[in-house]
Amino acid sequence: MTAITESAPAIVVPPLAKSPGYWAGVFRRFKKDKVAVGAGLVVLAIILMAIFADYIAPADPTRSSMLRRLRPIGTPGYPLGADELGRDMLSRLIHGARLSLFMGVVPVFIAFVFGSVIGVAAGFFGGKFNTITMRTVDVFYAFPSVLLAIALSGALGAGITNSLLSLTIVFIPPIARIAESVTTQVRGMDYVEAARASGANALTIIRVHVLGNVLGPIFVYATSLISVSMILASGLSFLGLGTKPPTPEWGLMLNTLRTAIYVQPWVAALPGAAIFITSISFNLLSDGLRSAMDVKG
Amino acid sequence: MALEPHPDRGGPGTPLLQAKTLTKHFPLGGGAVVRAVDGVDFAVMKGETLGVVGESGCGKSTTARVVMQLIPQDKGEMLFDGEIVGGKDLTLKEYRRQAQMVFQDSYASLNPRLTIEDSIAFGPTVHGVSKANAILKARDLLQRVGLDPARFAARYPHELSGGQRQRVNIARALALGPRLVILDEAVSALDKSVEAQVLNLLADLREEFGLTYIFISHDLNVVRFISDRVMVMYLGEVVEIGAVEELYNDPRHPYTKALLSAMPSMDPDNRTMEAPLTGDPPNPINPPEGCRFHPRCPHAQTICSKAKPALVVTASEDGTRRAACHMEIPGSGHSRAPSLEVAA
Amino acid sequence: MTPLVAIDNLTVRFRGAQTVHAVNGVSLTLEPGKVLGILGESGSGKSVTLKTLLRLLPESRTDIGGSVRVDGRDVLALNPQDLSDYRGAVTSMIFQDPALALDPVYTVGEQIAEAIVRHEKLSQKAAMARALELLELVRIPSPARRLKAYPHEMSGGMRQRAMIALALAARPKLLLADEPTTALDATVQIQILLLLRQLQRDLNMGMLFVTHDIGVAVEVSDRLAVMYAGQIVETGTVRELIRDPRHPYTKGLLAANLHGARKGERLEAIPGAPPALTEPPNACSFAPRCKFVQERCRAALPPAVQLGEGRVVRCVLAEEALTAAA
Repeated sequence: MTAITESAPAIVVPPLAKSPGYWAGVFRRFKKDKVAVGAGLVVLAIILMAIFADYIAPADPTRSSMLRRLRPIGTPGYPLGADELGRDMLSRLIHGARLSLFMGVVPVFIAFVFGSVIGVAAGFFGGKFNTITMRTVDVFYAFPSVLLAIALSGALGAGITNSLLSLTIVFIPPIARIAESVTTQVRGMDYVEAARASGANALTIIRVHVLGNVLGPIFVYATSLISVSMILASGLSFLGLGTKPPTPEWGLMLNTLRTAIYVQPWVAALPGAAIFITSISFNLLSDGLRSAMDVKG
Repeated sequence: MALEPHPDRGGPGTPLLQAKTLTKHFPLGGGAVVRAVDGVDFAVMKGETLGVVGESGCGKSTTARVVMQLIPQDKGEMLFDGEIVGGKDLTLKEYRRQAQMVFQDSYASLNPRLTIEDSIAFGPTVHGVSKANAILKARDLLQRVGLDPARFAARYPHELSGGQRQRVNIARALALGPRLVILDEAVSALDKSVEAQVLNLLADLREEFGLTYIFISHDLNVVRFISDRVMVMYLGEVVEIGAVEELYNDPRHPYTKALLSAMPSMDPDNRTMEAPLTGDPPNPINPPEGCRFHPRCPHAQTICSKAKPALVVTASEDGTRRAACHMEIPGSGHSRAPSLEVAA
Repeated sequence: MTPLVAIDNLTVRFRGAQTVHAVNGVSLTLEPGKVLGILGESGSGKSVTLKTLLRLLPESRTDIGGSVRVDGRDVLALNPQDLSDYRGAVTSMIFQDPALALDPVYTVGEQIAEAIVRHEKLSQKAAMARALELLELVRIPSPARRLKAYPHEMSGGMRQRAMIALALAARPKLLLADEPTTALDATVQIQILLLLRQLQRDLNMGMLFVTHDIGVAVEVSDRLAVMYAGQIVETGTVRELIRDPRHPYTKGLLAANLHGARKGERLEAIPGAPPALTEPPNACSFAPRCKFVQERCRAALPPAVQLGEGRVVRCVLAEEALTAAA
């Protein structure tokens, strides 16, 4: 066999015409999906709105006015009306996006990291380790997520940090389950066998051959949990276990406006609509990502 | 650094691989056991191609995986060039540089997220070759398996046809500079016209790199074309082994005979008129007592259900031909067995 | 005699992200009680042609052109009611994977009886009795017991026999076989081939047998049609095609079958791979892989050269041979 000439460290590998590659293909397929692109744009708009809330919002979201309580949509100076304390609804919704998005994304992201580690390890090593890990995860999984979130939050006490923590704990089991099942699938593929046959150790195989193929699907699943997390966070705030007034947060706004449902039903429904639009956009986005990431498209 | 070529330690007389009573059972629930591989003995000489044939459930693929040490054997051992595989002279990692495998499913055996050259370069980097060197080597190998590196190296598996992917898998197997390559139904999924190209390639590479092949296939025509010797398996056991033309022209075991006469005739004036066997190959769970083939064998007698026939040397000049059938064992008690006096 | 099957200039195109021209002008006929083997590799359009005969292709994204007549019926024009009467009773199909044809939640007997009752006015009991006869016909051992078995309780060869019994339930005149023995072991494959040959003869059915394996095609067929890139490139009797193949592709396939090939010989492999079929062919589709390619092969579709009764070759070489002989 002709050995490669030993020309010391200065080996230059000539670059080749790159194939468009996997992600380019994903992007190409994603672009064709009008619904997913639309949802992505909505999500992007909400994120930008949250970031630049200070510049966009027409008024101070906490400035109340006893004279302008519960104004209808379209009141001059209050394009989306005013809440039960006479605060500008539009400004509150814009500022509320910050906490709501934060409570939607952060717990899911942390759970994504921990859940993936647990699930990939259990899926790859299998055997007794898998059984013990996954049965433990199942214990948490057995509780309905709302109940678990409320129970944990109640035990830990009210506050943003605690609801963040409880939401994270709620999302680790489902993510770990998905991670375990896709990893088990990938582990059985011939290319993983071939990698073992080349003498690679477990960590190298996980790094090179497993992670690249499982993180995508796990990530897509996690994206779909963002909406659940937002709704749960809103629920916790609604129950008084999350954000404290007067901080604007959609769930909390929904809670405090519920008494106004007969007086200004449209205004009272606005925070709900914001939650709905955001969560459905995240869901449609993750659906689109999932089909775009399917290679055989 | 590049990988050092492997020295021939044992000399030409030592088999490259010797499997001794390899056994692999898979327990099922409820006490049932799949006896996938049950005491298999064989040797592969240096530079030869050993064909392995048999029907589903005969254990040929499990044998391949045990030989590759992807699954550990329950019993038995393997000697590679005279050294115990996994022993102190030949660690598993070292063995894996010298023995490689090509799988049937060309798509499933390539990581969809890696470019072709990265897939080929992976093995050498595991063994300490620098990434740059490994990539150069990968491109060289692509050239040798008939794929222009400028066009293919940076592509992904789904952009290639089945035949091209299988060439990549062959290049990947060769990247570590192995001496033994196990081909597990490596051409079975390809279209016939593409299969012929890959078979030519395998023959060329064997010549060029001095390889030894274990070639597993259900296609008897292909096995006849590529093999020097053939091993026939049935229900986890070797029933016959010998030089390819001898075995095809004069099969000694009734199962080998049946397998060969089940091949389509390719002659419209002499079509097959009668199936050599009835029923399906039985399940390797609870195989029959005695000779495992006896329930389907047209020549079965009392002895066949009672005693397991040993794999004995049978009609051949050089003594390399073996069959496990009571009709071949002098004095076995089968009416067609040669008498003891003649043998003595 | 009117042919049982008459396909004339059939084209099938799948619409989608990329249009696929799967079948590009296929014409063939089958006489009643005869077997035509359709030989081709993956993507040659052989299975698509077969599925068109039962209108099994997804209609919303398939464009079908040409005409398909079976037993006097214009298959492409059948209304839903006539189509469901036609399926099973006139034309029936067996598949490579019995899992596609057999329902895992019903016993084999129930499924066969259901197929009988759908086409004939019979009591459940009479249908079951006929199902038993059918299992005997396909030579399933202890048929009375197997009648009550679920598909997963049977071995591969047995399931294939059960699927054949199911396909024969409504006494079809035409049996379509789509690689029915490809997934089977060698010793089982030959049993199923012999069974199909005998049933076809005893019941005087016409059969279209699609396969990629020349050896299998030779075992069952009277005549052969070789398909490449959605076209039939050569037809003739089995003898003619095996003994005297004319199209370079047929020759290549025969060599690649390795029948009788010896170790050390170099195989006459066809280089390259089949075309992608994203465009309708306007030249010989095999030209890029052909050893004997000429200028005009790349310029226009090759002529369909008639060498004799039912012997057609689509190749300029056949034309040259014909003019040289004349």
